[in-house]
This record gives sequence, structure tokens and C-alpha cells, in this order.
Amino acid sequence: MAQRIDVKDLNIFYGDFKAVADVQMAVEPRSVTAFIGPSGCGKSTFLRTLNRMHEVIPGAHVQGTVAMDGVDLYGSDVDPVAVRRQVGMVFQRPNPFPTMSIAENVLAGVRLNNKRISKGDAQDMVEQSLQGANLWNEVKDRLDRPGSGLSGGQQQRLCIARAIAVKPQVLLMDEPCSALDPISTLAIEDLIAELKSQYTIVIVTHNMQQAARVSDRTAFFNLAGTGQPGRLIEIDETATIFSAPREQATEDYISGRFG
Amino acid sequence: MTTTAPEALAGNAELRALLKHVDKRRHRKDRVMSGLIIAAFVLAVIPLVSVAWTVIANGIERFNAYFLTHSMRGVYGGMDAGGVYHAIVGTVEITLFAALISVPIGLLTAIYLVEYGRGHLARSVTFFVDVMTGIPSIVAGLFAYALFAVFFGPGVRMGVVGSVALSVLMIPVVVRSSEEMLRLVPNELREAALALGVPRWLVVIKVVLRTAVAGIVTGVMIAVSRVIGETAPLLITVGVIDSINFNLFDGRMMTLPVYVYRQFQQGLIPCSPDQTDCIATVAYDRAWAGALTLILIVMLLNLVARLVTRFFAPKNLG
Repeated sequence: MAQRIDVKDLNIFYGDFKAVADVQMAVEPRSVTAFIGPSGCGKSTFLRTLNRMHEVIPGAHVQGTVAMDGVDLYGSDVDPVAVRRQVGMVFQRPNPFPTMSIAENVLAGVRLNNKRISKGDAQDMVEQSLQGANLWNEVKDRLDRPGSGLSGGQQQRLCIARAIAVKPQVLLMDEPCSALDPISTLAIEDLIAELKSQYTIVIVTHNMQQAARVSDRTAFFNLAGTGQPGRLIEIDETATIFSAPREQATEDYISGRFG
Repeated sequence: MTTTAPEALAGNAELRALLKHVDKRRHRKDRVMSGLIIAAFVLAVIPLVSVAWTVIANGIERFNAYFLTHSMRGVYGGMDAGGVYHAIVGTVEITLFAALISVPIGLLTAIYLVEYGRGHLARSVTFFVDVMTGIPSIVAGLFAYALFAVFFGPGVRMGVVGSVALSVLMIPVVVRSSEEMLRLVPNELREAALALGVPRWLVVIKVVLRTAVAGIVTGVMIAVSRVIGETAPLLITVGVIDSINFNLFDGRMMTLPVYVYRQFQQGLIPCSPDQTDCIATVAYDRAWAGALTLILIVMLLNLVARLVTRFFAPKNLG
């Protein structure tokens, strides 16, 4: 069910401001692709264009194509709501719905869409998704408690469970560990390693060790200066990027000479 | 907690002197400001306590089951009779109907402003809501009267006209408070729901409104409390009557504020010395008891709102 994504000549705008320019990229299915780069270089912005969350911001729009298995996600006959059902997303800060219990949070993708689901199916879905997110053993006795009562790391895994409950093809993660402690980070990284057998995963991270640990391919983004659009500098196998990058800028960034 | 005696920890004398040094001026300022703030608070509470006390002390005498369950029909002079039932019916019906008109309009306007509104239209809506907030209540009454006079001819008096007048006063309050509450809903929750492939309108209904419902209810209650004591527009649009009228759409109705006004206006009853059952101050007493009823109704509404708020509030820690 995992799909590949091909990005071609993508320019991303906030109003008149061009935030990211000329991205060409292929995201391989059943693998982890990491985006690294200094703050403000447009990696999160680019990530949000992959499930059309970018255009939620007033004035934001894109030029170019993002094709999932050959279908342009920005085609005129494509519904952004349908795109988001196929391309799930996990955010930087854990954001479980405060009015819902743990189980209801997992079922949010179904319930919020007014879809009917039998009690048995709902229970199966909650258990499968929470197990998929390595959270089941910790919360199985308190599924009806509020999701916001969990610790930060548990909340983030709850958000991952919520995202995979709707069975997306692709899972986008926008710095999923930046608000978490090292132990929770490890739990999420293990989870990413498990999830990649079923999903195409794209992760934005500021932590280069994390990119080296979890990803198969790494893309480096950079910007020439403030007010300039961010650009994709290079994308390659993670091992190659961290040992023998083609571009000098990549090497400088990875070795900590700037950014 | 610190049971250690000071001499047990002599420590570095120099450091101690540094840490011990107290800014006398700052200390004095702190005291003075605290005193001023407490004084201001007491000053603000005095009228509140005084009003509550006066209303209870003066109103309790006539405030009983008989008073609450009888109208003023056939009551005249200094008779030891008459009640407020017809005014309770009128106030409750007219205010509820006003809320029924204003809450959908106000809430939908707030949703438009927060979730969808951009550019000129949203800005002008905000501007006109602000203008509406400043409409004098008597003008709202005249507006509602004029509106209904177009269809029913001059001199029209109905409960529903009063409801329309009150809703003119209520809508801006509902819009403003709902808008604030909707803006308080973190954007992350909207994005979380959108990223799950939930269409915008369902995100608004099931996430934004659900998260903000406690605050919205509070805002509506504040708006209701604001208009429930309005007198002038109701005097114009609904008029005055002594008997019970349940029908909002036909004829005059009595309301509590107008009742209080009417009773107070009657003043002292001239009793001749040979009349034993004549109470000279009965009208004043009824006015106070009516005021007490009105305050109790507002308190009851607030209590209900609190319960609703507690029930719907997001539970943060299990």
C-alpha cells in the first residue's frame, strides 16, 4: 500500500513570497526519507505540500507537480481532503484532541468524518493502531481516559496511532521528536523503523544523528540568505550524504561548520 | 519546611550579606500597591454587596409561593394580594426566544469571522458588530416596533417584538464572546483534524465548536444576563398587562423589569384609616420582591451555565 512520490519543478509560495524553489525529488516507497537543513530553509513547508496542508494557510500556493504513483496531487480533479486521507501527518508538538479519550483520539479519523463503525471494528482498530504505535501495553487499561493526560512521548505515539488508524499510504513527520526526551525519542525512532515496512515515511529533523539512524535516504535543504527561497541541495543514500556528499554546502552543514 | 536553625548554617558571611540585602524602596512600593489593589477591590464589591443586601432585605417580605404563582389580575389599591407569575412567564419566554434568534446568528457570524472570513467582508462585519454593541436599548426597541408596525400596523404590541428588540442587543455580545472563544482553540487541533482527511466544515463542528463549547455557553449566558434586565425596549414593544399571557405572538405581555418599574411608579397607596386590609407600601414591596425574583432567575441561569461548562470543558489531566 506504500506509494512512491515524485516531485517535479516545485515552487512553493506564501502569498507573493517564494519560500522554496525548484525542488526535484523522488521519495521511494517503503523507506524513510529524512529532510535536514538549517531553520527557515523550507523543509517543513515542503513537507506540508506533500499532503496539501500547505494551502490551509491563507495565501499559500504552489507551482509544479507532486505525483503519487503517477497521479498529480495538485491536479484539478484532485480533492485535498482525499489527499490527506492517503498521506497522513504527525506534527512537531503532540496534539491529541483534548475533548476526546485515548480510544476516541485513535478513532478520530473515522468519527470526525461521520463514518459509522461497529463497536467490534472500532475496538480492533484502536488495538491495532495502538499496537502499531507501540503504545498499547501502556494504555490498554485506560483507553477511556483523556488523551491529554499522557506524557509527551506517549501523546506523540498516540498521534502516530491516530495517523496510521486511517491507513494512509504515506506518513509525514514534522520534527516528531523535537519536543521529547531521549527515551521517548528512542521509542519513536524504533517505531519509525517498524513502520517503514508498511509505509512510505518522510521525516523532517534537526537532529542529524537521528537522520543518520532512522533514514534510508537524506535530503539536504539550504537557503542562500534571508528573503531568498530555500532549495534542495542534494538527496542521496543516507550513508553517502553523511560520508561523501557531492556538495560542499552539505559537508559544511553536516560537519557543523555552519547552521 | 526549613527547620534548620539559622546558626546551623553560618556559611559565607559575605554572600549572606549580599543575599540578605533588601531593597527597602521596592518593599514599600509593593506594600502600597497591594494596599491600593485591595482597596479598589473592596470599593468595587461594596455596591454589589449593598445591592444584594437591599434587594433581599426589602424583597423577602412579599417573596413567597403565593407571590410567584399569582398574577396581578383583579388586584387594586392597597390589597394584600398580587404576584409576579405573569411577569416571570413573559420574561422567560421573551428572553428565551431572543436567545433562540441571537445564538444561531451570532455563532454563525463568529464562525465566519474566525474560520472563513478574509479581507473586506470580514473587516466590515467586525466593524458593524462593534457599532451594534453601542446601540442604545431604547433605539433597539423602537427599531423592533417600527419593523413590526410595517406588517401589523401602528400600535402593535407582542412578545415577539420584544424578543427581536432584545436580540438586536444580544447578537453583538454573542458574536464577540464566541469569536474570542473560537480564537482560543489552538490551530494545531484544526491542523491535526485536517491532516486526518476531515473536511473543513466537520473540523469546525466536531473539533473547533466542541473544544470551545464551554466558553461559548458562558458567553451566551452573559449575553442573556445582559438583556434579561432590559426595561425600556420591552416597555415600548411588549407593553404592560396585569393578567397571564403565554402567547408570544398575540397581545401584550408583562416582564419582570417592567413589572418592577410599574409597581415602583404606583408609589404609596393612599389608604383611608378605616380600611384594615390596606397596605400603603404594597406596591414598593412588590417592586422589591420582583427585583429579587429577577436576580434569582439570573443566578439560576448562571448556575445552569456553570454546570454545562463543567460538563463540556476539555479534561486536561485524567
